[in-house]
Amino acid sequence: MQARDLQTDGKGRLKHFLCIEGLPRALLLDILDAAESFAGVGERAVKKVPLMRGKTIANLFFEASTRTRTTFELAAKRLSADVLNLNIQASSTSKGESLLDTLRTLEAMHCDMFVVRHGMSGAAHLIASHVADEVRVINAGDGRHEHPTQALLDCFTIRRATGAWAERGSSSLVIAIVGDVLHSRVARSDIHAFNTLGVGELRVVGPKTLLPNAVETLGVHVFHDPEAGLCDADVIIMLRLQNERMQGALLPSALEYFKTYGLTPARLLRAKPDVVVMHPGPINRGVEIDSAVADGSQSLILEQVRYGIAVRMAVMSMAMGSLPRTRPPRSMRDD
Amino acid sequence: MRWRIRGGRVIDPARGLDRVTDLYLAAGRVLSVDAPPPEFGDGQVREVDARGLLVCPGFVDLCARLREPGSEHKATILSETRAAARAGITTLCCPPDTLPIIDTPAVAELVHRRAEESGHAKVVCLGALTAGLAGRQLAEMFHLKAIGCVGVTNAMSPIADTEVLRRAFEYAATAGLTVFLHAEDPWLGRGCLHEGPVATRLGLPGIPETAETVALSRDLLLIEQTGVRAHFCRLSSARAVALVRAAQDAGLPITADVAAHQLHLTDIDVGYYDSLCHVRPPLRSLRDREGLREGVCAGVIGAICSDHQPHERDAKTAPFEATEPGISALETLLPLTLALVGDAVLTLPEAIAALTLRPARILGIEAGSLAPGTPADVCVFDPRADWTLTKEGLISAGKNTPFLGWSLRGRVTHTFVSGRVVFEDAAAIR
Repeated sequence: MQARDLQTDGKGRLKHFLCIEGLPRALLLDILDAAESFAGVGERAVKKVPLMRGKTIANLFFEASTRTRTTFELAAKRLSADVLNLNIQASSTSKGESLLDTLRTLEAMHCDMFVVRHGMSGAAHLIASHVADEVRVINAGDGRHEHPTQALLDCFTIRRATGAWAERGSSSLVIAIVGDVLHSRVARSDIHAFNTLGVGELRVVGPKTLLPNAVETLGVHVFHDPEAGLCDADVIIMLRLQNERMQGALLPSALEYFKTYGLTPARLLRAKPDVVVMHPGPINRGVEIDSAVADGSQSLILEQVRYGIAVRMAVMSMAMGSLPRTRPPRSMRDD
Repeated sequence: MRWRIRGGRVIDPARGLDRVTDLYLAAGRVLSVDAPPPEFGDGQVREVDARGLLVCPGFVDLCARLREPGSEHKATILSETRAAARAGITTLCCPPDTLPIIDTPAVAELVHRRAEESGHAKVVCLGALTAGLAGRQLAEMFHLKAIGCVGVTNAMSPIADTEVLRRAFEYAATAGLTVFLHAEDPWLGRGCLHEGPVATRLGLPGIPETAETVALSRDLLLIEQTGVRAHFCRLSSARAVALVRAAQDAGLPITADVAAHQLHLTDIDVGYYDSLCHVRPPLRSLRDREGLREGVCAGVIGAICSDHQPHERDAKTAPFEATEPGISALETLLPLTLALVGDAVLTLPEAIAALTLRPARILGIEAGSLAPGTPADVCVFDPRADWTLTKEGLISAGKNTPFLGWSLRGRVTHTFVSGRVVFEDAAAIR
């Protein structure tokens, strides 16, 4: 089972959107360009375009989520699709079973697209390999694996804020991803996205307990010292630290974590003067980030949420093949 | 029934025999090699034309889950002993993690009786080391031994309490039973894939090499202290091989086996969440696979087993970490072992020994040899036959194998259990 085979059709067009890994650079830029065209839709008096009229999208959320589900729902509605929200809080023992059972039920109802959030890595791949050929699957986060629409909205936010990858060129940004990389699907997707689009340097910063084994093989520089890891950074992405991490042997306390790795105004001074700060949310004030930074002028946290809708509109319409085209997207042209 | 197996290359590692000759069976036992006794010609003799084929003792598989009692929706003793016969395996060793668990003589007796009824292969059982495999109270090892259990093990349930482990070893030593150990630390072993770049990329909780080596080191010290005879099952890492080797060199009488799939696959084969590659212990790195191969080559790992775990389709259709580990492996045991001959890891007689003589000695059973007077458990196979593994071709009720579609070399044509033909490949009969 190869992700590339599942994600694109024979002509290189997006079919399912499961992970950033394996997607070609040109396709990622096509999505970002399409998102640019949707960014204005939400500001209009009539916030709808008819691209997915008559299509039914099922939001399949096996794991609690507010902002991701809401932005997917808004994105689908702005594309004029019918949306079905299913929150399936399966118990850990029956997760696998209910996943397949739910899938079979929904298949019988002729849904056109599944947006899937699941607590286990690979769930979206599993679903994509079991649905009928015309059904599309969008990964809204699978376990610790990937959260690909989040990575694209991070790229979109960075492109708007810094001009990186403008005119589809490269960039020399220094990006630092700080915190719980081990459990973070956002970090994995971000790493693949940034390395595919091209950056100056990509760093992960955190204690050994929160960095996965052999993380450098993903193409990052590893820093355990936050002062060094943030030095001259153009972009800082703080990761959410979940409370349950305090219970295992990963960290002694939230307070010590904040003192050691939390993004404070003082620590922010290590980065470039025009550094931007991002966070996939929801944020833990006083744990991974100081309120003064989260609410400060360099924070793009709310922009991320706003752009999330445009990016998800782009992904859904491209996967459905309903994007209006006067000419083929760049990834399909020879130039 | 009397048999002449004529003109095959007969390999019997127990006696260093390797030549083209005839093998004679009568009354369920091996009668002679080369020439029949004078009285053999009297009465009816059936013949197998084994020219161009290989004749060896029937294979002894150190670890096969037959799923009965308790998980008959996955497989049964009947279905899996039939698959064993197809694969040339004449003795299967069944771990005690059935439902109910084999911690009382009654369950062992049930398995023995069902195997006898099926008649396709012999089945021996390992008894539980602790009651209910719970790691708290000792199992009734003398009773289990009396009913025929060939060893004791806590199967896949690691014993966390080292005091219990020590006492269990002492008691097993008293009962004269070998302990079969699956070296896995109960805390470090909680992931689902080898901890390394692949698990990191896929976002799957990893099982570090130390899950195996920490438990193994602890076990080695307790083996030394208690004097129990011990066998390490299904090693998975190069470091574990090195630890076993060092202990053997220091004179500790321990043995080890490896599952055949571990000698061919690595964590890379998991691809994008291929649940057919979900096994426990996990597939590890290429370096580990090479270390295991070296261990087999050097004889540190004496036996190769199938670690057969048949599953129904649903058990493998879920997100990777929610799927049940294990491969339906009986029918690939021979070709995967023969491939090691092609890869210059083993000679052909050594490969046969790893499937016959050595596992039989580890179990302490009368099998794995063609010496006159021993039970006529015999396998005849074509070492040059190429075939492709398909779901339809599998006899096992479990179709869960990552080797589907692989081109394999080496196919069994005849299997004898106690002088009876339990498998005969109609297509191979000339």
